[in-house]
Amino acid sequence: MLKIEGLTAEIDGKEILKGIDLEVPQGEVHAIMGPNGSGKSTLSYVLAGREGYEITGGTASFNGHDLLAMEPEERAATGLFLAFQYPVELPGVGNANFLRTALNAQRRSKGEPELDAMQFLKTARARMKELSMPEDMLKRGVNVGFSGGEKKRNEVLQMALLQPRVAILDETDSGLDIDALKIVADGVNAMRGPDFSAVVITHYQRLLDYIVPDRVHVLMGGRIVQTGGPELAKQLEASGYGSVQAA
Amino acid sequence: MNAPVENSLSEAGLSAAGAAGFLHRYEGLRARLPGIGLPWLAALRDRAAEAFRAQGFPTRRVEAWKYTDLAPLTQTGFGEPLTPVESALPLPRHAAPKRVVFVDGRFSAELSDADVPVRSLARHLPELEGRLGALARTDDLPLVALNTALFEDGALIELGPDEDGGVVELLSVTRADRPVTAHPRHLVRLAEGARLVLIERSWGHGESRYLHSPVFEVEVAAGAHITHARIQQEASAGLHLSTVFARVAEGGTYDSFLLHVGAKLSRSEAHVALVGPKAAAHLNGAQLLGDGQHGDCTTFLDHAAPDCPSRQTVKTVLAGRSRGVFQGKIHVHQVAQRTDGYQMNQALLLSDQAEIDSKPQLEIYADDVKCSHGATVGELDENQLFYLRARGIPAAVARSMLIEAFLQEAIEGVTEESARAALSEAVAGWWERNAA
Ligand SMILES: Nc1ncnc2c1ncn2[C@@H]1O[C@H](COP(=O)(O)OP(=O)(O)O)[C@@H](O)[C@H]1O
Ligand SMILES: [Mg+2]
Repeated sequence: MLKIEGLTAEIDGKEILKGIDLEVPQGEVHAIMGPNGSGKSTLSYVLAGREGYEITGGTASFNGHDLLAMEPEERAATGLFLAFQYPVELPGVGNANFLRTALNAQRRSKGEPELDAMQFLKTARARMKELSMPEDMLKRGVNVGFSGGEKKRNEVLQMALLQPRVAILDETDSGLDIDALKIVADGVNAMRGPDFSAVVITHYQRLLDYIVPDRVHVLMGGRIVQTGGPELAKQLEASGYGSVQAA
Repeated sequence: MNAPVENSLSEAGLSAAGAAGFLHRYEGLRARLPGIGLPWLAALRDRAAEAFRAQGFPTRRVEAWKYTDLAPLTQTGFGEPLTPVESALPLPRHAAPKRVVFVDGRFSAELSDADVPVRSLARHLPELEGRLGALARTDDLPLVALNTALFEDGALIELGPDEDGGVVELLSVTRADRPVTAHPRHLVRLAEGARLVLIERSWGHGESRYLHSPVFEVEVAAGAHITHARIQQEASAGLHLSTVFARVAEGGTYDSFLLHVGAKLSRSEAHVALVGPKAAAHLNGAQLLGDGQHGDCTTFLDHAAPDCPSRQTVKTVLAGRSRGVFQGKIHVHQVAQRTDGYQMNQALLLSDQAEIDSKPQLEIYADDVKCSHGATVGELDENQLFYLRARGIPAAVARSMLIEAFLQEAIEGVTEESARAALSEAVAGWWERNAA
C-alpha cells in the first residue's frame, strides 16, 4: 500500500504541497485530477525522489518502506515507477541499452539473474508489439527525436518491462490521440492485479473511460480537497474545478 | 633546484634538468646516433639541436603554451633508457591482429608480429634523404627540434599505389623504472590510393616520471586514406608530448582520433595541411582526465586548397583537480575557396576543481567559405541523472552512462571498427579508475 500522510514540500522556499493525505491499497488504481499548477507533478517527483524539493513535514511509505529515506534507485527497486509528464531525452544513450541496464539493475537488486542481450531483445520486442511501437525505437537515443506520443509510449514500455508494484502516471495521456490513448490504457490495464497499484494523474476525464479508477482524488492548491468514486471524474468534467473550490 | 639531480648524476646516469641537460646529452650521444654518418642527417640533427638551443623549452609566455606548463619536464633530470629489452615485458592486449612494438623508442623485433608493413626507421635511414624531415618544422617547435636531434628509431611505413596496409597497431612502451626519455620518429607515406588504419598506442610501465615525445610525419598522396587512432595511455607519472605533421593531397583523407587518458601531463599537437582539392581532415578527439592530470589537445589546420572539408570534434571530461586544454587553429588560405570547416569543443566538468581552457582560432583569407565553430562547458545534467536513477539505475552507473553518451558522438565518428573498439576499451578503463 502507498501511504502518504501530511506531506508538505517546498521549492525554493515556496510551499507547493500543503499537507497531502493519500492511501492507495495494493491492487487499486486511483486517479488524481486537478488544474495546472496544483502540485500533481511535484507530488510525483517527491515520491520518486527527485532533488530540489525540501520535504518540510509528513511521511510517505510503500508497503511499510519509508520512501523519503531512500535514493531514487532504491525506490525504483522497491517497485515504485514514475511515468514522467515530460520524459527526458538522453542523446547518446541507446534506448535498448537504457532499458536493459534499468531492467538488469532492478533484477540484480532483487537477486534475480540478469538478462543477456538476446533474452532482453525478445522480451522488449514482445512488449513493443503490444504497444504498437516500431522496433527501430530500440536503436535510437532515449526519447531523442521521439514525438510526444512516442515518448509517452516509451514510458509505458518501461513500465511494462520493469513490472513495478506501484506506478505513478503523470499525465501520460496528454498529447495522445484516441488510438494511442487506448494503447496506453491497455498497457496499464494489462498490469492490473492484486499486486499492482497505480496513481493516474490527469486533468481529463477521457483517460478514465479506459482506465476505470477505484477512487478519484482532486488535488488543488497543494491539498487533496475531495475524494470520491469514478463518478467524481464525470462530475468534474461537467462542472469544472470551480465547483470543487466552492464546495 | 638542481642540487638533488646533480648529486644523483653519477650513480643513475641522469643529466641535469632543463634544456641544458638535453643538449649535453645530444653532445654525448651524437657520435652513436643512428645515421650520423650520413651527411644530410648529421646536418639535420645539428641544425635541430641548434634550433632547440636557441628556443629552449617553451614557457607559458609563448602564446601557444599559455595553458600548459612544462615545469614537470624542465625540473626533472632524465637519463638514457637501458638496453637490452627484456622479452618478458608485460604488454597490453593487442588492439589489432598485427602490431609492432617499440620499447623506449626502439623497435623490438622480438615483441613485434611478423608480416606487418612496418619497418624500423633506424635501419633504412640512407633511403630517407629528403623524406625524413620534409614535414616536421624545427625552427619554431622546440620539442620537434629535440626529437629530430635525439631520435634513435621509429616506425617506417611506406605503402605503394593502391596498396592496402590493413589495420596495424603501433605500440610504444616506455619502461619507467627510471626517469628516461624516448623520442621516436615515425614516418608514414601513403602513395596514391593507398589505405591504412594505424592504431597508435602509447603505454608506460612503472612509477617513475618519464618523457615520451614522438613525432610523426604523415604523407597522404592523392586519393589515399589513413585512419590514425591515437591512444595515449601512458603510466600515471609519464609526460607525453607528441607532434603529428600530416600533408594531404587531392582527394586524400587524414582521419584521426586522439584519446588522452593517461599521463600526468600530455599534449598532442597536430599540424595538418590540406594541399590538394577535396583533401579531407578529421581531427577528432577525447580527453578523459582525472585528479592531477593535465591534457592538452592542440591543432593547426591549414586549408591550402579549394573544396576541402575538415571536421573537428573534441570532447574533454574532467574529474578531480584536472585541467584540460583545447586549442584549435584553422587557417584558410586565399586559394581555399569553398572550404567547409567545422570545429566543436565540448567539456564536461565533473568536479568544481577541474578547469578547461579552450581557444578556437579562425583565420580566413578566402571569401567563399563555410566555417563554424563552437564550444560548450557543462556539468552532468541533473534531470538526465534523475531519469536514469528513477528507473533503478545506481547513481554511479547512471553517471558513467551519461559520460559515455557525451563521448559517444566523438567516438561514433570513428568508422573503423577495430579502432573504435580500442578507443572504447580505453575509455572503459578510465572510467573504472575514476568511478569513485
Ligand atoms: N522547479 C520549480 N521551481 C519553482 N516553482 C516550481 C517548480 N516546479 C513547479 N513549481 C511550481 O509549483 C507549482 C506546482 O507545479 P506542478 O507540480 O508542476 O503542478 P501540476 O503538475 O499540477 O501542473 C506551480 O505553481 C509551479 O509553478
Ligand atoms: Mg504536471
